[in-house]
Amino acid sequence: MNTGEAVVFWICAILAVLGAVGMVVSRKAVHSALWIALTMINLAILYVANSAPFLGMVQIVVYTGAVMMLFLFVLMVVGVDSSDSLIETIKGQRIPAILLTLGLGILLVWGIGSSLTGAPDRGLEQANTVDGGNVQGIAHLLFTSYLIPFEATSALLITAAMGAMVLAHRERWVVKPTQKMLSIARFRTGGHPGNLPNPGIYARHNAVDTPALLPDGTPLPESIPAPVRARADIAPVDHVELDEVQAISEGHSK
Amino acid sequence: MNPANYIVLSAILFSIGAIGVLVRRNAIIVFMSVELMLNAANLAFVAFARMNGSLDGQVVAFFVMVVAASEVVVGLALIVTVFRTRRSASVDEPNLLKY
Repeated sequence: MNTGEAVVFWICAILAVLGAVGMVVSRKAVHSALWIALTMINLAILYVANSAPFLGMVQIVVYTGAVMMLFLFVLMVVGVDSSDSLIETIKGQRIPAILLTLGLGILLVWGIGSSLTGAPDRGLEQANTVDGGNVQGIAHLLFTSYLIPFEATSALLITAAMGAMVLAHRERWVVKPTQKMLSIARFRTGGHPGNLPNPGIYARHNAVDTPALLPDGTPLPESIPAPVRARADIAPVDHVELDEVQAISEGHSK
Repeated sequence: MNPANYIVLSAILFSIGAIGVLVRRNAIIVFMSVELMLNAANLAFVAFARMNGSLDGQVVAFFVMVVAASEVVVGLALIVTVFRTRRSASVDEPNLLKY
């Protein structure tokens, strides 16, 4: 491993671990998806550094491109703000789980790391040039020694696509209501079939918290938007008597 | 510094993915953690291919990607179906088989 590769490795390794940790600890699923996209892009760079340019490109196209976008798509379907509940179904499961997994990590790192200290580094320069390139080399292997598994994956992909279609298909159990049926239902329940009246617009006040006035002069609370009504934020209507109007129009206010 | 560093990184990422699977309750995040574990295994395959000087490891990693892609498709469809019936993406919600 030369110096350039070491630099690339350390930058990408730190970013990849950062993305993975961020994925596990972020409360919102969308943030998790973005963190793991960071991890996957860095892994793609590491593949390229390991003289696997084809896998690096496939990693970016398939994982960060297709899989993560599918994840985001499903997140939009099931609700972006569906964050974790803090209720533990199994009491006290979290801490032992973290400790045991840390133990697994230490075991893996220590065991594999110590057994690989004198590992060979034959490099892929020779294997990548035999057939004229990395892609050609992989294609050569795929269509010779790995032909049967390769064909099996095509069956797997078709099965997966069929399965997703069957699972995502929704049978409609009730008839889809037409516009006519909706209209009849709206009038049958009574209530107010049309639009509610707008808030009032007056000379001194035209905000949404002023109620419209009925012909007899009483304010109509339904003309105020429901959130404003819920806050009891309705502006009082000024009542001006007719003789007062008369007095103002004739120029002498009281 | 030798290619074993890649294997160590892969082990670390695998463990973080395992923590995610065990600790998180949101089915989608659990699923992402599984994806992270698959990716860690892929990194190990690529590093082993480079150590041994043959492309077989890369072909295996390629197969892992294909299987992971189809797994994501079916798994996300399952999550959407469960969400439709239970109105929740939590892995603790589907517990009808318990009783």
